[in-house]
Amino acid sequence: MEIFATALPALGEAWALILQPAVLGYLVLGVVMGLAVGVFPGLGGIAGLSLLLPFMFGMDPILGLALMIGMVAVVPTSDTFASVLMGIPGSSASQATVLDGFPMAKKGEAARALSAAFASSLFGGLVGASFLTVFILIARPVVLAFGLPEMLMITILGLSMVAILAGRIPLKGMAAAGLGLMIGTIGEADAGGSLRMATYDIPYLTDGLKLVIVGLGVFAIPEIVSLLRQDRSIAKGASLGGGWMDGIRDWMANKWLSVRCSIIGVVVGIIPGLGGSVVDWIAYGHAVQTTKDKSQFGKGEVRGVIGPESSNNAKEGGGLVPTLLFGIPGSGSMAIFIGAVALLGSGDIEVGPGMLKNNLDITYSIVWLLALANVVGTVLCIAASGGIAKLTTIRFTYLAPFLFMLISFAAFQSGQNFEDLLALFSIGLIGIFLRRFDWSRPAFLIGFVLSNPVEKFTNQAFQIASFRFRKSFEEGIDYVFSPIVIVLIVITVVSVVLGIRQAKTIMAEGEVQSGSKRAPLVFLLVIAGYLTFALINANMIPDYNMTDKIIPLVVGGFSLVCCLILLVQMMRRPEGDVIFADKEIAGEDADAPYGLWSTLAWFAGLITATWFVGFILALAGFLITFFRVRANAGWGKTLLLTVAGILFMCLMAGALNRDFPPGLLQGAVDLPWPLK
Amino acid sequence: MTVSNFTRRAVVGLIAAVGIAAPAAAEVDFSGKTIEWVIPFSETGGSAKWANFFAPLLSEELPGNPTVVVKFMPGAGSTKGANWFQEQKHNDGTLLFGTSGSTQFPYLLGDPRVRYEYTDWTPVMASGTGGVAYLNAEDGAKFDGSANGLTGVNFIYGSQGATRLDLVPLLAWQMLGMNVEPVFGIKGRGDGRLMFERGEATIDYQTSSGYLKGSADLVTSGAAVPMMTWGALDASGDIVRDPTFPEMATFKEVCEATDGCETSGPAWDAWKAFFVAGFPVQKLAFLPAGTPQDVIDTYTTAFDAVKNRADFADISASRVGKYGVFTGEDAKAALSTATSVPEEAKANVKDWLQEAYGVALK
Repeated sequence: MEIFATALPALGEAWALILQPAVLGYLVLGVVMGLAVGVFPGLGGIAGLSLLLPFMFGMDPILGLALMIGMVAVVPTSDTFASVLMGIPGSSASQATVLDGFPMAKKGEAARALSAAFASSLFGGLVGASFLTVFILIARPVVLAFGLPEMLMITILGLSMVAILAGRIPLKGMAAAGLGLMIGTIGEADAGGSLRMATYDIPYLTDGLKLVIVGLGVFAIPEIVSLLRQDRSIAKGASLGGGWMDGIRDWMANKWLSVRCSIIGVVVGIIPGLGGSVVDWIAYGHAVQTTKDKSQFGKGEVRGVIGPESSNNAKEGGGLVPTLLFGIPGSGSMAIFIGAVALLGSGDIEVGPGMLKNNLDITYSIVWLLALANVVGTVLCIAASGGIAKLTTIRFTYLAPFLFMLISFAAFQSGQNFEDLLALFSIGLIGIFLRRFDWSRPAFLIGFVLSNPVEKFTNQAFQIASFRFRKSFEEGIDYVFSPIVIVLIVITVVSVVLGIRQAKTIMAEGEVQSGSKRAPLVFLLVIAGYLTFALINANMIPDYNMTDKIIPLVVGGFSLVCCLILLVQMMRRPEGDVIFADKEIAGEDADAPYGLWSTLAWFAGLITATWFVGFILALAGFLITFFRVRANAGWGKTLLLTVAGILFMCLMAGALNRDFPPGLLQGAVDLPWPLK
Repeated sequence: MTVSNFTRRAVVGLIAAVGIAAPAAAEVDFSGKTIEWVIPFSETGGSAKWANFFAPLLSEELPGNPTVVVKFMPGAGSTKGANWFQEQKHNDGTLLFGTSGSTQFPYLLGDPRVRYEYTDWTPVMASGTGGVAYLNAEDGAKFDGSANGLTGVNFIYGSQGATRLDLVPLLAWQMLGMNVEPVFGIKGRGDGRLMFERGEATIDYQTSSGYLKGSADLVTSGAAVPMMTWGALDASGDIVRDPTFPEMATFKEVCEATDGCETSGPAWDAWKAFFVAGFPVQKLAFLPAGTPQDVIDTYTTAFDAVKNRADFADISASRVGKYGVFTGEDAKAALSTATSVPEEAKANVKDWLQEAYGVALK
């Protein structure tokens, strides 16, 4: 325990390092840059850090750290803007926020939702840092206690949140999660390299689909299309109720929820290999379970915002543990961070096991710089939230083209292929129909996010467990049923039982009317068809690569059974039953002045034009046509908005050194940037 | 082994290259331009670190001090980026491409996704690394400089995939008659080490920098026992002790001491060929096909200047260690050693992959 004796002086040194004017200045600079970069959904931390890398070489370590941490820390804060205001999940950290944050914006409570979210973020960040200050000293054995069976159980706990979010028909929710899992297995298998639902002739598919694309496709596109069809503002009636003070008060009233979710965030964050993918769902599930009146979830319940937002900043702090103590990055931006730290100063700060011994003061500086950056970032965000919330009162027809522009660009950045846009469109279609027929989109997304961890941890844990069992039975049992695993099993079972009991009251898609049999039945058959095809495809993998086929077979089979039971139920139940939920029967979508396909055609048009003339030219054409035809704007307004949009795009992409999707034209002629 | 005598051929070439480069370099000027250094991996991998380390140094040494930016084009295990680079023509010398062992191996193994040809490109810089294998304490006690005591033991190893760099350790252990069961699907060697630390894996290997950073402490604390290094190449292309770990035996020595393991013949040739492609010549920087000589010389001079910086040994310690950086003709020689693997060796490895792991590259 001698390390505790060195901890206090180190903590003092860390604060002496941090509280220099130059350090604070760099921190604020980093925060401001991070906020600017954070506007782009799905790009944030990695793009920003890459931008800073060239300057890190030989820089004074503490200044460089302040700049980088300032930038990384605000991304989970700033992407809340996109998830609350536009329903665009910026990163995996803000997916659960969309569920209640966006409905709040639609009710005209955007400012309230934002400030509640920011207050929670801030608090979560501070709780995380305080917890880490002590915990980091003893974290090593704790991290090592989380072996593969433990990680598998946490993943399953994350999956069990499907029970809560499954919607009114649990079978539909389970089938949606199964479909998400199956879509997550597309591509080259991690273990044996077999191809699932992919071929080497389409190299794009061999890498699988990216989370950014699936998140945008499932959440953002259906909402954008729906609002655009209704031709209204995001906030109904274009009125803003609920100021930012209300949000702070909401947070005050729920501070214990915030504390608990922050702790969940830190603890799950420190487990390497899981990163942030499950944290916000577990926090959301916890918020639901601990709320008495669950009827408002999915319709704009502020606790549904406070829970995930408290956990996602705390998770950043937790993620520092594997990064600093083991040199194993918890996320993409942390990986770049490790690389950048080695460039700082004379390169003698080496992230890894030696960090606590040799650089405890630097370690503490990093922890508290992160907390401080959270404070600065949150204050800036709260200050801005009132103004930015006004965006929700603008007629949506003027926002939509810019949102299409942003999400296309974000999707393209994930893989820099034209196919990224096609994938976005296809997943968007799935999202639209999941929403229309009241299949839980969160369940689908949880399935997708956890697909890879489930498969990986199952295979690896199975392999090592059988290795242990071969040695002796006891050793095998000790390995599989460690105390942590048993605790997690209990939590999971409790949460599933409670979840199923409560699921019917939580409507992630809001109220949905039911109607005739035909459309829901056709959609069910399409999904069952895909699952059957994927099953046959997985079954064709040779048996010696069992690791690559077992999960698709089991999950695919299970989902198909769900679909078949649904099919039987659909045949037996009368029209108008809740199973035939269809948003096109009644409600906002049904009453919308514009049709689905004509609205979607605009987006398809942008993608098609990109294929021919590249993104920027296509965008110019798209914006002009859209404003003239769909929005009926005058030429002056049209040109002004188009120029502003393209200028913004070029400015950001130029600063971040990013390319745009090229088209056939660019293949034939050499054009200067940004047209190339 | 010193840096400049990677092969005898190369020393002569290097002198010649520097001699030619000096006058020619004055004609190429990159003022106000931006050099794009494309890496076919994501921002988070080792190649990203490598390029990010060299980029600012290169910028200082190139005439006109252009901005050097590193761009990432990940996908299909780096074959996507390499296929793209194959299509690129020389334009104004502002395009640089970086590959790693993970790009070399699919090329050597005839991966169906490979549409690139190394011999079309011009290498301007190459760097290498070494690797160390180690055992857990319990099994390590049975290791006496030969693997004879380890034949009856079952090992678990956290692996990224049999067709990756892990091919080299897996093949080595197999040649020693050891029974090593790989657990596939981990994301990096750091994850492998963590698995070892948790006691789930019982054998592991790290590249030199990874070993020094993470595993050396395990050895000091008695939790791990070093087994062998892969070694390094000397001037005549023979495997000698790794300069970073001169006290540790090489795989070659362990193999010689172990019954039934041969340091000649097709199996050995195959292992050595893939070892060379994966370790001593792990990372290469290329200019596209058709680049004129004056541009090549400019880059060679610049990379020479980088590696001759007074502080280069210090700042590069964690990047290239004591393995050195090859430029100009040296880099060319390095490339040809790395990519000229005898057909027989390739066939041998492919058969083994199919037999042991069911991997068929079709």
